[in-house]
Amino acid sequence: MSIKKPSTTVIRKTNTTSTGLSVLNILTRSEILTLFLLILAFVVGTILSPYFLDIPFLLNNTSTYIEIGIMGLGLVAVIINGEIDLSVESTLALVACVAGVLFFDLHFPMPIVLVISLALGAALGWLNGFLVTRTSLPSLLVTLATLALYRGAANILVGDDSRPKLAWSREIVFPSWFLGVEKVHILGTPIPLPLVILIVLAVIIGIILAKTTFGRWVYAIGTNEQAARYSGIPTARVKRILFTLSGFLAGLAGLIMVSRLGVARYDHARGWALDAITAVVLGGVSIEGGKGGVLGPVLAFLLIVILRTGMGVANIKAESQLAVIGALLIGAVLTSNFIERFHK
Amino acid sequence: MTTVSNIPKVQRISGTNMAIRLARFREIGIILLLILIVLGASVVEPSFLKPFNIRTIFLWLPLLTVIAMGEVMVIITKGIDVSVGSTMALAGISVGMIWRQNPSFNIYASTGIAILIGLAAGALNGALIAWAKLPPIIATLGTLNAYRGLTFIVSGGRQIDPNYVPRKIIFWSIKGPFGNEMVPWVVVIAFFITVVTWAFLHYTVTGRNIYAIGGNLNASRLRGVPVEWTIFLVYTITGALAGFSGILYASRFGFVNPGETGVGFELTVIAAVVIGGTSMFGGSGSAFGVFIGCLLLAVINVALAVLGVAATWQLAVYGAVILLAAIADALIQLKLRRAITGE
Amino acid sequence: MVIMHMNANQPPLMATKGICMDFGGVNVLKNIDFEIRSGTIHGLIGENGAGKSTLLKILAGVYQPKSGTILLNGEPIVIHNPHAAGMMGIALIHQEPLTFPDLDVAENIFVGRQPVTNGIPVIDWSNIYRRADNLLKQLGVDLNPHAKVRGMSIADQQMIEIAGALSQNAKILLMDEPTAALTSNEVNKLFNIMRKLRDEGTAIVFISHRLEEMIEISDEITVLRDGEKVGECRPKDISMDDIIQLMVGRKISTLFEKVKGYNIGKPVLEVSGLSRAMKFEDISFDVREGEIVGMAGLIGSGQRDVARALFGTLGIDRGTVKIAGEFVKIRHPRDAVSKGLIYLPEDRQAIGLLMPMSVMHNVTLAALEKFSPGGWLREKEEKAATQEYIDKLRIVLRSMTQPVRELSGGNQQKVALSKWLLTKPKIMILDEPTHGIDVGAKAEVHRLMGELASQGIAILMISSELPEILAMSDRIIVMHEGRITSILEKNEATAEKIMAAATGLINERA
Repeated sequence: MSIKKPSTTVIRKTNTTSTGLSVLNILTRSEILTLFLLILAFVVGTILSPYFLDIPFLLNNTSTYIEIGIMGLGLVAVIINGEIDLSVESTLALVACVAGVLFFDLHFPMPIVLVISLALGAALGWLNGFLVTRTSLPSLLVTLATLALYRGAANILVGDDSRPKLAWSREIVFPSWFLGVEKVHILGTPIPLPLVILIVLAVIIGIILAKTTFGRWVYAIGTNEQAARYSGIPTARVKRILFTLSGFLAGLAGLIMVSRLGVARYDHARGWALDAITAVVLGGVSIEGGKGGVLGPVLAFLLIVILRTGMGVANIKAESQLAVIGALLIGAVLTSNFIERFHK
Repeated sequence: MTTVSNIPKVQRISGTNMAIRLARFREIGIILLLILIVLGASVVEPSFLKPFNIRTIFLWLPLLTVIAMGEVMVIITKGIDVSVGSTMALAGISVGMIWRQNPSFNIYASTGIAILIGLAAGALNGALIAWAKLPPIIATLGTLNAYRGLTFIVSGGRQIDPNYVPRKIIFWSIKGPFGNEMVPWVVVIAFFITVVTWAFLHYTVTGRNIYAIGGNLNASRLRGVPVEWTIFLVYTITGALAGFSGILYASRFGFVNPGETGVGFELTVIAAVVIGGTSMFGGSGSAFGVFIGCLLLAVINVALAVLGVAATWQLAVYGAVILLAAIADALIQLKLRRAITGE
Repeated sequence: MVIMHMNANQPPLMATKGICMDFGGVNVLKNIDFEIRSGTIHGLIGENGAGKSTLLKILAGVYQPKSGTILLNGEPIVIHNPHAAGMMGIALIHQEPLTFPDLDVAENIFVGRQPVTNGIPVIDWSNIYRRADNLLKQLGVDLNPHAKVRGMSIADQQMIEIAGALSQNAKILLMDEPTAALTSNEVNKLFNIMRKLRDEGTAIVFISHRLEEMIEISDEITVLRDGEKVGECRPKDISMDDIIQLMVGRKISTLFEKVKGYNIGKPVLEVSGLSRAMKFEDISFDVREGEIVGMAGLIGSGQRDVARALFGTLGIDRGTVKIAGEFVKIRHPRDAVSKGLIYLPEDRQAIGLLMPMSVMHNVTLAALEKFSPGGWLREKEEKAATQEYIDKLRIVLRSMTQPVRELSGGNQQKVALSKWLLTKPKIMILDEPTHGIDVGAKAEVHRLMGELASQGIAILMISSELPEILAMSDRIIVMHEGRITSILEKNEATAEKIMAAATGLINERA
């Protein structure tokens, strides 16, 4: 038999599914870009304002956007799997409102409220998964519909009001042990609890993706769903689990938001789904699926926090900051594409 | 060699006819649903068919329809554009600021400027998607944020108050041709744009190329279809239409607010397009189907209000309608496939 | 080089001189002189990787040759792209037809060149439908120009592509393996149309892997091997063995070998009354340990659908399946694999392998639980297992972390086989296992199959190549239009009997 001539492509580290924890494997090219941008933003922030280099201040600011990071974690697996979930922000809002109603209207004890809320988040996510796998509709469409449906349900539940209701003028509130999660710091360090939660979750999800059978399945399905199915992988089950996870994390984010803000409203996190997707894509996860990991999106989240903080300190209004975030997303993807093409 | 009668093949041919029939059924289906809702609402609340309400339904249309005409072309090419709301705000605010400085600025020139701003915004989307090969969701997600931010920066966060919107512009939403008040000018314009879109998609080479690109990108390229330019054009037109609807917004509501105008609007637009029978997988869709989709959403909106259903139900109803329309479509497609190919 | 009695009188319509082509430094065509004459069907034959498809694509303007000239009517030309080729009257018919599923037949024909009304840029639809109708009648094809293409058979879609070529007054038709996915009836129809066009003066270049077809339809044959032209002749002047020898460069008397002398045990797969509307009806057979059962028949007779049903990717309406004596309900490939039944698809690119993923990840994909007690992956064991199969099956590659799409067809097939062998299957359904693989690798796959059978594995082999079926099978099941028409033992099976059952002339089960 004739020996096939070896292909003459340059031997390079491809972005194909990486296993193993060697440094090179962790930092694939797009994540290096994110890290570079992060460092750059840090440096620029420091130059622009002396107040910027206040580390406790920066760390505390992560709490302001932490829900984006947590929703983003759920989205990482969903997007690697080749799907998308736009409804996370609405799940967040609905879970928050249900928690408020359970506690204030129905007088459930708070611990039970928490359990039910998380279960609700998972159930809402599961519903997405069920619809996507049973009807073969694109997840973009299904989660676009549930984006409206879930937030709509929250709107019906509490109207334009909040829990605790505006009329109660701060007398009736959530339990004090539940409120102010962002004020809790770990072991005397300036790291706030929400950030710790984010990192712990990121590590868990990262390990699952990189080191378990389930994780390998997620990548395989994102690479080629039909071939994965023909290899005996239970694709529908994996998808449902991932959407359930995404919903669960969105619900968790909802609880954290209520703890931070002290209120539950139907319009919480409006527009944040797109921010979460921005963070994930900025973190090097390909929107087409099959590539990426958790490290990039966590770095991207920190990048967004630094940018937002820096711009806030430089007195740029929150809405105007959007321009930078949008430009950043486009710039990052363009650069990453360019680098890839350059290497071919 | 004996020719054996090929039974599956015979069924296949009639299956194709069934496909044509079912596809038409889809559009008739939405129309039937529309009639059903109108009838149902007027039975429960007879005042539903009052001229005032019908006019409200009509007035609802232009904003949505104009952008939806662009969005349907985008979706036919297998793309998506979520930046339309921000483009609308950007154009509206920019022109509004001109009005604030110069209240007697020619309204037709203003409209032209709004369209140009939208055109530029859409062109950037088109360039990023057609030539830089950015996935459409990513490119338009970025510009959604970028343009909204720009809207804020340009306007300094200030809204354009009603007293700055030229009366003639507001007039367009009050009176129509021959001085009638039932079908204001904006509605006529929206309908006109629908007809032009339909003609474009049905009778021009570029229009048919849009379908071809969505149906089979590779084959289109090999046939010499100018794929990149066509995709660029589609996003540019959508941007221009979004810019134009910035004027329509000012006309309808009498103000423009950087934090409110067009926020979340892309959802409604895509809903209308999907309800109108456009496949998210590209390659098919019709201007009139989308128009009916817009009409359906308008009717639902007004029906809810007339029936006394609180505005808080609106979002949930939208979501439910999109979901039901999409599921119905998916089930029809599955049945069709099974009937035709046995898969 | 073998050249026999070419018709030197008629000047070629199109010709190439000294065409060379390479991809990334690898020479795929060397110094090709090729001539195409009007009113002839010119067959291009050669093993996989010999360069046939590349040559065709160069003629169609898809690729630009590294060096050499192309002449049209004696004049040197440059064909920049397929569109330009179309303008020159050269049309390429692809193996997978390029059609637009949601557009109707008439529009499919005219995409990219829609006729407009005089002066104004408005499409003239009545013109389109009228001309489409004429073209289809000209081809003798019964298709409704208003019908949407979605769901049409590959044969019909090919007709649409040919109609498209005719609409451009194509004088040269380049056909890249058009018969690969056609039933025998459809092949006949296609050949009739080709002969008609040839008689009208069109020049046709035709690629196929099936030698009998080539000999049947071609007026001239050119043989390529390793990118070089090694033979040019008329079919009646040469024998099949000689063609094969030219293709392969060595005499192969027996292409297939089967390890003899092993025992066939009890039935391990028993199928009874399997039916699904529009696909197959009343399928009953069994496969025993150590047996190779060949599933023969024309493509599209239902064998693949039966395989898919057994594997769990297609539902059944009624019928039962028993594996190792116990009834099973298989609704998902996972069920099948857990019962020891695996399926190796024909289409490696789309469903057989995950092309962008590494060789190692592909190999371990179906048996991941073996390397992950408690869900935790052990990469060392994965590497070891992969290396074991790389050695056992002699897979040629650079490294096990390279993407599997970089391997040759034969090596890809070995990777696919390794994947399934890792699951320790009892029953292996192999769908066209040597399709798209060169002759050398084919023999290896066959040897492997024999070895596996001798270890007691039951093999169900779907194949449309009669020599393969006859040589490898202990028993042969023949299907026709969704039904089993004949089951033959090895010693009573002949090509004629199989063909008769495959075309429905014989139906022993009726």
